[in-house]
Amino acid sequence: MDALTWTGPLGQFLDPALYVLSAVFLVAVLVQIVMSVATGGSRIVTNPDGTLSSAGGAYDLSATATRWTGFALLLVILAYIALGVFGGPATTGIIGGMSQQLIPVWIALIVTFALSITFKRKLGLYGKLFDSTVGMIGFALVMFWVYAGAMAGLFDWITTHDSLSQVSGMKNKVPGTPMRGAEDGEYAWYLLGGDNLARDVFSRLFKGAWIVVQIAPLATLFAFMVGITLGLPAGYYGGRLDAFLSFLANLILAFPVILLFYLLVTPEIVATGIPNYMATVLFVFPLIFVGVLLNSRYYTQPSFRTPLLIIVLGIMGWIYLSLISDGGTKVAVLPEFLDLFDIDPGILVVFVSVVFVNAPTVFRIVRGLALDIKTRDYVAAAQTRGEGPWYIMLWEILPNARGPLIVDFCLRIGYTTILLGTLGFFGLGLQSESPDWGTTINAGRRLLSVYPHAAIAPALSLLTLVLGLNLLADGLREESLKD
Amino acid sequence: MGLFILRRLGVMLLTALCLTFIVFFLTNLYPNLEKLAKTQGNFRMTDEAVASWLDDRGYIDNTFVKYGRWLGVVPGWVTEKDDGIVTGQCFAENAPVEERATFCGVLQGDWGFSLVFKDEVSNIVATRLAATGKLMGFVLLVMVPMSLIVGVLAGMREGSGLDRSLSTFSIATTATPEYVSGVIFIAIFASSAFGLKWFKGSATQAIENATFENFTLPVLTIALYGMGYIARMTRASMTEVMTAQYIRTARLKGVSFGNIVLKHALRNALIAPFTVIMLQIPWLLNGVVIVETLFNYKGFGWLLVQAAGNNDIELLLAVSVVSVVVVLITQLISDIGYVFLNPRIRIS
Repeated sequence: MDALTWTGPLGQFLDPALYVLSAVFLVAVLVQIVMSVATGGSRIVTNPDGTLSSAGGAYDLSATATRWTGFALLLVILAYIALGVFGGPATTGIIGGMSQQLIPVWIALIVTFALSITFKRKLGLYGKLFDSTVGMIGFALVMFWVYAGAMAGLFDWITTHDSLSQVSGMKNKVPGTPMRGAEDGEYAWYLLGGDNLARDVFSRLFKGAWIVVQIAPLATLFAFMVGITLGLPAGYYGGRLDAFLSFLANLILAFPVILLFYLLVTPEIVATGIPNYMATVLFVFPLIFVGVLLNSRYYTQPSFRTPLLIIVLGIMGWIYLSLISDGGTKVAVLPEFLDLFDIDPGILVVFVSVVFVNAPTVFRIVRGLALDIKTRDYVAAAQTRGEGPWYIMLWEILPNARGPLIVDFCLRIGYTTILLGTLGFFGLGLQSESPDWGTTINAGRRLLSVYPHAAIAPALSLLTLVLGLNLLADGLREESLKD
Repeated sequence: MGLFILRRLGVMLLTALCLTFIVFFLTNLYPNLEKLAKTQGNFRMTDEAVASWLDDRGYIDNTFVKYGRWLGVVPGWVTEKDDGIVTGQCFAENAPVEERATFCGVLQGDWGFSLVFKDEVSNIVATRLAATGKLMGFVLLVMVPMSLIVGVLAGMREGSGLDRSLSTFSIATTATPEYVSGVIFIAIFASSAFGLKWFKGSATQAIENATFENFTLPVLTIALYGMGYIARMTRASMTEVMTAQYIRTARLKGVSFGNIVLKHALRNALIAPFTVIMLQIPWLLNGVVIVETLFNYKGFGWLLVQAAGNNDIELLLAVSVVSVVVVLITQLISDIGYVFLNPRIRIS
C-alpha cells in the first residue's frame, strides 16, 4: 500500500484548476471591494420615460466576475467530493477517501435540502431560512456535523477504525499513511494520520462530534429553561424580585468562567457532591416550566388538567430522578431498580457547569424582552380579561419573544460548543481518552510544532460547526426581520 | 450623578464580597484542605494527623470566621503547643509578645503567602499582572482600531460588497475561539510541517524581551476573537446613524460622502462601541488564560491556572479579587462613559 496524497492521482488535473481559480476569485473580490469604494456601487438611473435602469459600469462587471469565478471554484471543490464518492482514495486521495466514508451524510444532507426547498412555503420560519444564502450555508454546516456525529455515534458508520485502539507503528504518522499490517476487511489507511497514542484521528474526530452534538444543544436547552423560568417573572413583576435575581445573575456573570470551571470540576469538589446538588437544582427547572405552562393554560378544566399534569410530570419526574441519582455519588434518592440510566459523572459535571454559566445571560435577555413586551396592548387586554400572571407570561409574552430567543438559541449553542472545548482544553471534566474536540486539541497541542495534524483536525471541525451556527443565526435574524 | 456612582460602588463592593466568599467557601471544603495538608506535610499522614495539622493552622474553624480572618476583621489564629511554642497567623514563630499583630488580612494589606510559589501573594500577583498588562495593552492596541475600522467600513454602505465581505470576516472571527485560532496560527506560522517559521510558538521570553517574532501570535490570537464582536456592534451602530435624518440633510446639501462619514456620522456612531469595548475587557481575561497557557507566557492567566490547579487558597483568592475588580470597574466605566459621551443623556 502506498501512502495517500491529499488529492490523489486526479489531483494533478484538478489541483492546477483549483489554484488558478482561487487566485482569480481572490483578485475579483478585491477588485469588487475597491470598486465599491471608488465608484459608490451600482447606480440606479431614471430614464426620461420614467423607467429605471441600472447604470452598471465597472462595479457591476467586477461583481459578475466574482460571481462566476465563485461558481467555478465551487464546481471544482464539488468535483473532488463527487469523484471521491464514486472512486474513493484511488481517485482523489485523502479527500476522496473521506468523502467516500461520508456517503450517508451526503445522502442525508441532499434529502433534507431537497425536501425543505420543495415545501419551504409551508414550513414557516424554517422554510424561510431557505430564502437566504447565508442561512442555507450555515444550516448545511450544522446539519453536516449533526448527521455525521449521529451516524458515527449511533451506527458506527463513518469511522474507519476504533477510536480507542492503538496500532503499533502508527504513532504521529502524517495523514494518508497506510496502516501497517492491515488485514482484510480493515480500512487500509489512517486518513487523517495517527495521534501521539497511535489512534486514528479521523475516527476520533467523528466520535467526538457525537459528544459535542449531544451535549451542546441539550445544555443550551436547560440553560434556556432556567433563564426563561426566572427571567419572565423578573421582567413581569419587577421590584424586589427583579433586583434580587438580577443581582444573582450579575454575580455569576462577574465570575471569570475558567476560574468557575476549575472550582467546580476538580475531583475534590466533585467528591463533596456540590455539582450533584447543583444538578438537582438546575434540572428541576424544566419540570417547573412545563408544569406551570400546562397548569396556567388548562386550570379552568380540572377534569382534563389533572390527568395531563399527572402523566406529564410523572414521566418527567422519573427521568429527572434517574438523571440526578447515581449510585456512587452523594445524590442517590432512587433505588437501583427504578434508575433508568446512569450518566457518566464527568459528563454530568461538565453539563452542570456549562448550564450554570449560560443561564444568567439567557435570564438577562428574557428579562429585557419581558420588560419590553409587557407594555403591549395584548398584554393589557389579557390582564383586563382577568388572566393569571403566569398565563400572561407563558402564553402571551413568551410566544411573542420567540424570534430573538430562537436566534439567540443558535448563537448560544455555538458559544456552549466553545465552552465545552475550553473545558477539554484545560483537561477538566471529561476523561483524557475522550474523543471530544477540546480534549483532542489539548492532547495534540504538546506536539504542535512538529506534528500539527492531530490538533488541527478537531480545531477546524469546531471552527466550522460554530461558524455554521453563527451563520444560521444570522440567516434566521435576517428572515425573521423581513415580516 | 454622584449618587449614581455611589450606589454602583456599593453594589460593586457587595458583589466582590459575595464572590470572594464563594471562592473562599469552595477552596476551603474539607477534601481540598485534606489535599493541602498532605501536599504541605506528608503524603502518608493518617486522618488524625491531617486533622491536627489543619487544626494547628486554624483551618478547621467556621468558614465565616476564616473568611473574616482573611478579610482582616477577625483576629488571626493563635495556637499554643504543649511544649509552649506559640505559633500564629500574624507573626513569626519566635516573635516577642509585644510584636505580635492581632489582625492580618486584606484590609491590613496582607494578602497572605502562596504555598506553591513560596512567596508573598502580593508580590507574585503584581509581577504577573504587569506581564499580562503588557499583553493586554498590545491586544487593545491592535484590536480596537482594527475592529472600529472594519465596523465603520462595513456599516457606511449597508449591503454593499465591502459590507458583505467584512461582515463574513467578523462572523468568522467570532466563531474562532482562541484555542482554535492559536493552534492554527502555530501550525501554519511556527511549525516545521508547513515550513513557514516566521514566528515562535512560545512566548516565554516575551516577558523580559517582547519582540515581533515571539509576541505577534499571542496578541493576534486574542485580538482576533474579540474583534468580530466589536466590529459587528460598530457596524450596527454605523448603519443606524447613516439612515438618520441629519445625514440625509447633509447629503442633500451636497456634502461629499467622505466628509459625511468622517465629520457627521463617525462621532455619533462610536458611542455604542465604547461601551462594548469596555464590556469586552473582562471577556478578554478568558482569552488571556487560554493564550497564556497555549503560548506558555507566564502572566496573570497562567497564574490563575496554576493557583486553581494546585488549590493554592490565598493566591486563588487574590487572583479572583483582581479579576472581579476588573470586571466591575469596566462595567462602571462603561456606564459612566456612556452617559458622558451621549449628549442626549448628558444634557437632560
